[in-house]
Amino acid sequence: MSFHTALRNGASSVFLRIEEALDVPFGGTDNPLRHLGAIGLYLLWIIVGTGLYLYAVLDTGIDAVYQSIGYLSLEQWYLGGVLRSLHRYAADGFMLVMMLHLFREWCYGRYHGFRLYSWMTGIPLIWLAYAAGIGGYWIVWDQLAQLSAIATAELLDWLPIFSEPSARNFMSPDSISDRFFTMLVFIHIGVPLLLILGLWAHVHRISHVDYLPSRRAMVATLAILIGLALLKPALSNPPANLATVPGALDFDWFLLFLHPLTDVSSPALVWSLLFGVTALLFALPLLPHPRPQPAAVVDPANCTGCDRCLADCPYAAIAMTQHSSRPGFRLAVVDADLCAGCGICAGSCPSSTPFRRREALVTGIDMPQQPVNALREQLEAALARLEGRTRIIIFACTRGAEAGPLAAVDTAVIGLICAGMLPPAFVEYALRGGADGVLVATCRSGGCEFRLGDLWTSQRLLGQREPHLRRTVPPSRLQLLAASAHDDRTLAEVLAEFRTRLEALPVASDRLPPYLRSASHHA
Amino acid sequence: MLKPAAIVGQVILYGAFAAVIGTFATWPKYQQIPSDVALIKLSISHLGERECRKRTPEELAKMPPNMRAPLDCPRERSDIRLEMDLDGEPIFRTVLHPTGLYKDGVSTVYKRFEVAAGSHRLTVRMDDNLDKPGFDYVKDEQITLAPAQVMVVDFNPDRGGLFFK
Ligand code: HEM
Ligand code: SF4
Ligand code: SF4
Repeated sequence: MSFHTALRNGASSVFLRIEEALDVPFGGTDNPLRHLGAIGLYLLWIIVGTGLYLYAVLDTGIDAVYQSIGYLSLEQWYLGGVLRSLHRYAADGFMLVMMLHLFREWCYGRYHGFRLYSWMTGIPLIWLAYAAGIGGYWIVWDQLAQLSAIATAELLDWLPIFSEPSARNFMSPDSISDRFFTMLVFIHIGVPLLLILGLWAHVHRISHVDYLPSRRAMVATLAILIGLALLKPALSNPPANLATVPGALDFDWFLLFLHPLTDVSSPALVWSLLFGVTALLFALPLLPHPRPQPAAVVDPANCTGCDRCLADCPYAAIAMTQHSSRPGFRLAVVDADLCAGCGICAGSCPSSTPFRRREALVTGIDMPQQPVNALREQLEAALARLEGRTRIIIFACTRGAEAGPLAAVDTAVIGLICAGMLPPAFVEYALRGGADGVLVATCRSGGCEFRLGDLWTSQRLLGQREPHLRRTVPPSRLQLLAASAHDDRTLAEVLAEFRTRLEALPVASDRLPPYLRSASHHA
Repeated sequence: MLKPAAIVGQVILYGAFAAVIGTFATWPKYQQIPSDVALIKLSISHLGERECRKRTPEELAKMPPNMRAPLDCPRERSDIRLEMDLDGEPIFRTVLHPTGLYKDGVSTVYKRFEVAAGSHRLTVRMDDNLDKPGFDYVKDEQITLAPAQVMVVDFNPDRGGLFFK
């Protein structure tokens, strides 16, 4: 195992433990670590909203701006001051959340294959975010702005960009003009616009993007930021004076840490670090990593063009075209480069129903590594084999809790690439084929490797999403469980409880009529 | 509905998030340069000299009338030699090269020196024509630097060459 893999595995198991620990108070939907991208976007909207107010009310002019920002914080503290603080603290939070998001995606190895595009488009966002944030501090034109502007200019001057050192622009108070200030504001609006454009590209190749955190998470985040703004309002340092060196300053370590780092090392080291880390991030996908999973394959004869796979694919890998042999019909096509090989589409296709009488079940869209037909054969074999008082079929995502050891004479375990690839009709099929109960184990909420598998599975089985489990299926005979790879014990316990509950049901009270596709086939 | 324990847990964790942001947004304070120190910024941008040759009357006569410039000047500018001494000790020696593909641009230097506040003797010498011996510009002055003061050493031919401000 390479050093990088060992490091990543260590980091991911720590991160996953923390993430799962936060499930306890938050639950999957509100767990911030499971929705870092969405929290980042939410913070960005707070920054944009408060920024628009600041832009509208600030006097632009190198002397006036310090006064007018000061006015907001000191006189109009209840509105302008709070908005200013929100703007600053949301920016700091954004940096923190962005770095955590980056760390998490790295930990979980999400930088190659179908995720390459998200990864590559994420990296430039870091530069844009810092450029926007650092530029923002200059607008205040206090001593911190002075320090940051000069330090940034000196750092840039180390690179062969400008023919004349840009730090020469900050030699004396009269060398700063209103034009400089206008340029600053321009940059501080322009760069965030680029960032938003970059973010649009970043999420372009995934569908059902987690654009915003849950309502509760949004309210709580805004509430703590407002609380912070009231308790500890963002204030300016003393006004800039280029004729003197700034003294001890209140310092934003989230955004401006590069300046002290340059002071204790050197521009050469800082640039090597910045370019080095950036190059490493770009090069990460070149490292050896697991082979990509085979992509989904469409069978035109069994595709009716119903769009369900298109609606459910988490990676926007499916498009619809004209059906080649059926005029007026549409046909799903898969872009293999985008396809994660998750099988969620196979689970969504109405043609995946096991009740079809054909000898071989050929569905509209299928996974070469685990075709729906093989799934049905596995299920039928299990049903034929099971004996005992309560026969239970477990459909379990192989990335979640380890179900294999639970197999027994009365319990069969069928592993799935992702729980999302289970066509809901398989539950009914199992019950009508002799099972007393079906347990479907997904990953924890928000913990699906393929983003949406846990969500679609539970929605389909609860009748909230197509294809839904038929309402004639008694809920008492279906157990849904969201369990991660660390939840083996929970899975065993839930199975035991489920069995006890099934055994307590009045005999045959709610049994579905048996269904045998064709007795001759598995006689 | 959330359980009370979950609410407490969430409040603590959101609070910790806010505390981390609120803390490191301003703390610890950062001071770039100790308060009893001043800064001398050497910042000069200047075109080096070039050696022009007077054309002889015969040469001029051979040229088309509209191009009869009396001087024949190369594009290339001279390097600039710069020296700075503080209290008699050399603190900086450099030779600046002209910018531009044809070495016809300005030569610039930007450098800062941290100096204890107080009285010092500052000497700056500049030679902008290395073909001729000796320094063309010298400024030698007793200066007094207040703590945290920024003093700029610049050059402007209109202000008599090198100057401190
Ligand atoms: C600038 C701040 C950023 C924001 C606001 C942001 C936001 C998002 C959002 C909303 C998603 C979609 C999540 C989902 O719906 O499941 C996402 C996905 C992703 N982001 Fe970012 N991102 C940022 C920066 C980055 C950076 C710096 C990287 C790494 C270089 C990165 C890597 C990824 C990856 C690999 C995914 C795909 C996850 C998956 O396919 O499961 N992002 N991001
Ligand atoms: S396997 Fe997954 S990613 Fe590929 S097309 Fe089907 S749903 Fe989309
Ligand atoms: S879900 Fe099945 S039938 Fe519907 S469009 Fe996709 S492949 Fe075709």
